[in-house]
Amino acid sequence: MLSIKNLHATVEGKEILRGLDLDIGAGEVHAIMGPNGSGKSTLGHVLTGRQGYEVTAGEVTFMGQDLLALAPEERALTGLFLAFQYPVEIPGVSNMEFLKTAVDGMRKHRGLEVLDSVSFMKQAREVCKRVDLDQNFLKRGVNEGFSGGEKKRNELMQMMLLEPHLGILDETDSGLDIDALQLVASGINSMRDSKRSFILITHYQRLLDFIEPDHVHVLGAGRIVRSGDKSLALELEDKGYGWLESEAV
Amino acid sequence: MSEQIDDLIKSHYAAGFVTDIESDTLPPGLNADVIRFISAKKNEPEWMLEWRLKAYRAWLEMVEPHWAHVSYPDIDFNAMSYFSAPKRDEDRPQSLDEVDPKLRETYDKLGIPLHEQEMLAGVAVDAVFDSVSVGTTFRKKLYEAGVIFCSISEALQDHPELVRQHLGTVVPQKDNYYAALNSAVFSDGSFVYIPKGVKCPMELSTYFRINEAKTGQFERTLIVADEGSEVSYLEGCTAPMRDENQLHAAVVELVALDNAKIKYSTVQNWYPGDEEGKGGIYNFVTKRGVAHTNAHISWTQVETGSAITMKYPSCVLKGDNSIGEFYSVALSSNFQQADTGTKMIHLGKNTRSTIISKGIAAGHGSNTYRGLVRMNPGATGARNYTRCDSLLIGDQCGAHTFPYIESKNPTAIIEHEASTSKVSDEQLFLCRQRGIGEEKAVSMIVNGFCKEVFRELPMEFAVEAGKLLEVSLEGAVG
Ligand SMILES: Nc1ncnc2c1ncn2[C@@H]1O[C@H](COP(=O)(O)OP(=O)(O)OP(=O)(O)O)[C@@H](O)[C@H]1O
Ligand SMILES: [Mg+2]
Repeated sequence: MLSIKNLHATVEGKEILRGLDLDIGAGEVHAIMGPNGSGKSTLGHVLTGRQGYEVTAGEVTFMGQDLLALAPEERALTGLFLAFQYPVEIPGVSNMEFLKTAVDGMRKHRGLEVLDSVSFMKQAREVCKRVDLDQNFLKRGVNEGFSGGEKKRNELMQMMLLEPHLGILDETDSGLDIDALQLVASGINSMRDSKRSFILITHYQRLLDFIEPDHVHVLGAGRIVRSGDKSLALELEDKGYGWLESEAV
Repeated sequence: MSEQIDDLIKSHYAAGFVTDIESDTLPPGLNADVIRFISAKKNEPEWMLEWRLKAYRAWLEMVEPHWAHVSYPDIDFNAMSYFSAPKRDEDRPQSLDEVDPKLRETYDKLGIPLHEQEMLAGVAVDAVFDSVSVGTTFRKKLYEAGVIFCSISEALQDHPELVRQHLGTVVPQKDNYYAALNSAVFSDGSFVYIPKGVKCPMELSTYFRINEAKTGQFERTLIVADEGSEVSYLEGCTAPMRDENQLHAAVVELVALDNAKIKYSTVQNWYPGDEEGKGGIYNFVTKRGVAHTNAHISWTQVETGSAITMKYPSCVLKGDNSIGEFYSVALSSNFQQADTGTKMIHLGKNTRSTIISKGIAAGHGSNTYRGLVRMNPGATGARNYTRCDSLLIGDQCGAHTFPYIESKNPTAIIEHEASTSKVSDEQLFLCRQRGIGEEKAVSMIVNGFCKEVFRELPMEFAVEAGKLLEVSLEGAVG
């Protein structure tokens, strides 16, 4: 589904990704861990096409397409979703309107009929319930005044409505209380199937207690320094990253 | 002095002014004879001609204002022609195929029906018959309610006393440079009279929209709502108007007598000029209303288009407990300059005013809010609430706010809030990551920003206004 080869990317002239390789098959869940500043969020931004991130070398194929040749909105429509580490607020635009606009566009792209307001509203309310957000959040401005945890749940809600092929969740578990963490985890689990894949960027093993990853990777200084199965995450929890860094040199 | 001028005018006239009354256009230039010609052409009563001439004499002694936050080359008032009859059919495009494709594209984007497109583009077809019949049905309904709604030229023929009683009572001839010019040479415009206690049975809109295609550069509108009556008036058009006149200097006067209510909504989309701002319209308009006891005047405007806009729809809150409102969205992109705002003049006791201004600047646009709130000594217990929000798209544009506050009554309360925000790259990226293209995203954010004002517009206009902003912002991002 996603194949990244020798990806190099710079931000403001500084090289952040330095030869990253990663292959993700349909239906797989990959966890990416690694110290602060190692380039995890950068990877998410480069894949989704954020301005200011320049790819200097490498190739990325997603759903059989040259991902890097697509505009950000085209990447999204192709089925790539990023749950942001720091979701931004859009005051004045209601969550409902935002969601409907996004979902309408997605349905059109997929050749489905656009939902009328009433049926969409119904669907949005259901999804609200699944992430335990009050329906009032649909009326409020996008992320406007939401608490940290509410913003994360709002991201998850968007993913549920947009039903991507690949969801990248950038520290969606950070800042969540334990109940919310379980809720988010079961939300993600409920979306897992043989076709949909996920990249979970996280610092904590506890998320992986709830969502069992097929692969765990450690990012260090812009490339994958270690890959393994779920036991790698446990090992990291135990020993930290120090032992890897010496190996990676 | 003015007597001298008067004499001069008369002598010139006596010396044998020979403009043919049957001719369709006047050569460029402005003098008293031109005004006589216009007045004669319209078969106006004598007092009307005198009124125009008085305005002309005042205008001659005034100087063009340059205080607004806009800049443009000097206007040569003698290079303009002040009268031209409608184009003859054979000079018009014969079908939409002959109309500038770019214009048509915009019409399509705005979802304007074909027959209306033809009218707007000035196509010489039976659209005119359509409009006449539509107009007639409306007229009948209005007539039954006792409402007078016609062109001001017709009103001067059919209801001269009503016009004479109110014309210039709100915006006197000498009010300002452009109002004086308008008073001297106005071509046409609309007249509305709502009788006592009557609630106008429909929004005065569609008919007028059709009429609009023919209005000239100096338009004059007078709306009189008699005691306890109510009217909602819609001016303008979301479609870009093809117009060869660069300067537009309209005057709108509203008279809301005791307990009356006038709601005046404008969606204006003059041609803004090309990407460099060349060829656009200068829109210098004087709009003002007087609210008598318990009366209510509400201005709502959505301004896009125009190369340069200077307009300040105002309320004189003369009667006790009267209410004035101003809701405005002004957008300037490319090289457009907008200097708009309002004046709320509180004269009566317990008068209330609300000002909500939303300025949007994109590209190299410059947007200025200029507002005056004045509490006169008699305005005991009066209140004003003002909020001015600016939204910047990109970093080449600018927004400025100039609130002027004058309070001569210690019991009056004035509140002012202002904010400036930017459409950030992060916000745009969030939208794009959700599959929403950049232009759609900007228009969604802009619509959200304008919501409070759009809410004030009559339903059909609100939808159009949203679409209009979207089309106007195309190409303004990225
Ligand atoms: N816009 C930017 N300008 C300058 N440096 C940047 C920019 N964006 C990212 N960086 C730098 O790139 C490096 C990687 O950042 P990134 O956000 O990808 O780290 P991360 O692995 O997600 O860290 P964390 O675990 O703290 O979220 C950091 O050193 C960061 O300062
Ligand atoms: Mg990060």
